[in-house]
Amino acid sequence: MTKVTVRFFARYAELAGCQTTSVAVPAGATVGDVVRRVREMVPGAASLPNRPLAALNLRQVKLDTRVSDGDEVALLPPLSGG
Amino acid sequence: MMNTLTRARISVESLLGQIQSPERGGTCVFVGTVRNDDGVAAIEYSAYDEMAVAEIDRMLEEAQARFPTARVILQHRLGLIPVGEASIAIVAAAPHRDEAFAACRYVIEEVKKRLPIWKKEMHADGTSTWVDPSGKQIAGGLRDT
Repeated sequence: MTKVTVRFFARYAELAGCQTTSVAVPAGATVGDVVRRVREMVPGAASLPNRPLAALNLRQVKLDTRVSDGDEVALLPPLSGG
Repeated sequence: MMNTLTRARISVESLLGQIQSPERGGTCVFVGTVRNDDGVAAIEYSAYDEMAVAEIDRMLEEAQARFPTARVILQHRLGLIPVGEASIAIVAAAPHRDEAFAACRYVIEEVKKRLPIWKKEMHADGTSTWVDPSGKQIAGGLRDT
């Protein structure tokens, strides 16, 4: 299994009811698999979008990007900086 | 070294002081200010700090590669910012104005697309709303589809 830290920000943190969690996914899993796991596992996270904007280790990535043990996945609401 | 993310008021003078020099004859300043939209009293800005800092570094490196004679810096403020105060300032200086304007414009457009920062509008009546630039609002909140 691959263990990944997941971080939530802004409105997603409010919906999830937490700012961080960790999930275990099978080897070869993608960021999209992590999102699915989080939506099943974290109460409140079920209301997150199926395909949120995501970052892996501080860079935006597509949901088909593979994760490795120890990675940090962040789920990002629509960006509104500036 | 200046912090690119700050919780204090932004000083444009201080930013100017860091990049103006005798060989840079053109300086372009962009300041983004909290606007008084529909009962908005202030905006609470929050960030994914580590990624925002990394993303700002990447944007400024790209600006440097695209506009080699320009030098650009930026500062983004976080926390509660009242209407009329600056949330972001970008300063670009180059030997001539074309590169200064272009570099400044490049960076603010990339900020809008890439910087992991979020705004929550705080209304005078005590309510608050997350801002979604796609503008799709639903009752009680905002939709992300």
